Amino acid sequence: MDYFWELFFGGLTRGSIYALIALGYTMVYGIIELINFAHGEVYMIGAFTGLIVAGVFSLMGFSGASLLVLAMVIAVLYSSAYGYTIEKIAYKPLRGASRLAPLISAIGMSIFLQNYVLLAQTSDFLPFPALIPEFDFMEPYIDYLGSSELVIILTTVLVMIALTVLIKFTKIGKAMRATAQNKKMAMLTGVNVDHVISMTFIIGSGLAAVGGVLIATHIGQINFYIGFIAGLKAFTAAVLGGIGSIPGAVLGSLILGWTESFATGYISSDYEDVFAFCLLVLILIFRPAGILGRSTTQKV
Amino acid sequence: MFGIKKSLLVSIWFMFLTFPLMVIRVDTIEKTVQWRWMNMVYVGVGAFLFSYVWRFLLERKAAGSAVDAPAATVKERFTQRILTDPKMYRPVIAIVLVGAVIFPLIMDTYQVNIMVTALIYVVLGLGLNIVVGLAGLLDLGYVAFYAVGAYAYALLNYHFGLGFWTVLPIGAGLGALFGIMLGFPVLRLRGDYLAIVTLGFGEIIRLVLENWNEFSFGPSGISNIPRPGFFGMAFDMHSATQYLYYLMVAMVLFTIFVVNRLQHSRIGRAWMALREDEIACQAMGIDRTKTKLTAFALGATWAGAVGVIFAAKTTFINPASFTFMESAIILSIVVLGGMGSIVGVMLAAFILVLLPEYLRAFSEYRMLIFGASMVLMMVFRPQGLISNIRKKDAYKRSSDA
Repeated sequence: MDYFWELFFGGLTRGSIYALIALGYTMVYGIIELINFAHGEVYMIGAFTGLIVAGVFSLMGFSGASLLVLAMVIAVLYSSAYGYTIEKIAYKPLRGASRLAPLISAIGMSIFLQNYVLLAQTSDFLPFPALIPEFDFMEPYIDYLGSSELVIILTTVLVMIALTVLIKFTKIGKAMRATAQNKKMAMLTGVNVDHVISMTFIIGSGLAAVGGVLIATHIGQINFYIGFIAGLKAFTAAVLGGIGSIPGAVLGSLILGWTESFATGYISSDYEDVFAFCLLVLILIFRPAGILGRSTTQKV
Repeated sequence: MFGIKKSLLVSIWFMFLTFPLMVIRVDTIEKTVQWRWMNMVYVGVGAFLFSYVWRFLLERKAAGSAVDAPAATVKERFTQRILTDPKMYRPVIAIVLVGAVIFPLIMDTYQVNIMVTALIYVVLGLGLNIVVGLAGLLDLGYVAFYAVGAYAYALLNYHFGLGFWTVLPIGAGLGALFGIMLGFPVLRLRGDYLAIVTLGFGEIIRLVLENWNEFSFGPSGISNIPRPGFFGMAFDMHSATQYLYYLMVAMVLFTIFVVNRLQHSRIGRAWMALREDEIACQAMGIDRTKTKLTAFALGATWAGAVGVIFAAKTTFINPASFTFMESAIILSIVVLGGMGSIVGVMLAAFILVLLPEYLRAFSEYRMLIFGASMVLMMVFRPQGLISNIRKKDAYKRSSDA
């Protein structure tokens, strides 16, 4: 039974990280119907920034929780700035173009950012310091739930609550929901749509950076390529839950996390990534709108 | 003045943005930090100039589409005339053909080998062009079909000793089969979902090849794949390459012929109609699934056939040759060339394969430039290097009436 719980919490941890990334995909898709292919790269840049900040400040004498918070805050700041800039360069000039154009531009952006980090940093795996301390009170549960996993899950829950509050109760959240429903109508009622789109990119990128730093310190190593697979899986999760729907993204991420965790635990670990993609293909075939998504009929 | 201030701000913004990644490099084991301040200067100057060019191009693009449309068409007409007027293009084609025939006779094996690679990408680009350019289906897993062809030849040869010429049609057929198998369930999906599923499919194929050791020999791959034979004649290294070269030239010519014929056929026009407007197309009585499936299967066929040739050329294959980056390169060939344009795709394939070969120092930055040019191309010239000319059929009154 211990093995089951170990896999269960492993899956929950994975799912939490996927959820943090998937939210960025789903929010952007909800507002401008674009698969932001470069989102995985923003997550990767978040992890790298976290590593660099942690490295520099640990030499200055910081350690433990303060170092984690510092790395996280700066990583979020930078990833948001990247998200904002990416939107301005690669997507904004293409508004109103065909659907294919922004998607290709997004793929180009993703390749560019990967190689930018590769050239600016390194192509090797870099060890990431363990920023999350081992808690004493977690001692009895160490077999199936580590301290860093606990921190990841709790952080994700907190972030989700904050995001829900932001979207439900603030002015910018209201503007976001209005833009997602009908861009033109929102514009007519005085919503600054450009500003809303920028904010969506900023928030989504910030969430991805939180995920990036947390998973990097949990796993202990990063390289320039981590964003590709993580982004793909988080996108799978977003589609699974119904793209454009925020609770859907969280639900999809958890399902994906558990599927991967149990499948690798009980079947085979060689095909870890294959399970995720098979799940994606199956979902899209049988329920293209996702679990919580509504299928819309296109009207002419 | 305003321009300079704006560019300065952009430059400062980019310096801020790239600061941690470009300047600092930490070594967490040795606990050392390396500061590379010079990079900041490069970024600052680069971003300053870049913002100027960016704004200039954006303004020109806006002006081009709004005010002087006639001026643009005159310029367009010149490049188009070379492509459409028989008096202009026939001599060009003749020169290219003669050049292609004598190329391996005057160049050494190394050069010919590079040219074979370039020609492989030309055919791959033309094959993907059917799917992306003509039918408008974004396929990000094209390399999977290429892998199917390559592994078909390697494995059939290894287990059953089948020769190159036997496997070439089998590889093409297997490519088509996989195309249909994948296409059948997923072609109902909208464009962007299709892109992700094909991407996932490409990754699945690669991961299976990497992990299923009993079947594909895993990451170590398969070596000693025989080169193509010619009625049992034995070749030395140089003439084998030459032979492969002529084979590829023939393949390219055949592909061009087929794609050209397809483009103006009933099915080709159906593809383009589907690309432009799916709903209107269905209303005109075109079977959407069947039409998409033919495009998908035909594209995959070329990839399968070229995969066989690729295996024969390198005589060694492993899953590392079939990564997503390969798909991305083929896609950027199609996009840079101008979706749907045969000449454009060929030109782009040569540029993307030959440039990095001849500029070795530059090859490190190859993918960086690929990515950037994909973005820039979409922003400033979505129609590609050479845009596809729409064939117009005008009703002409016969002169004697």
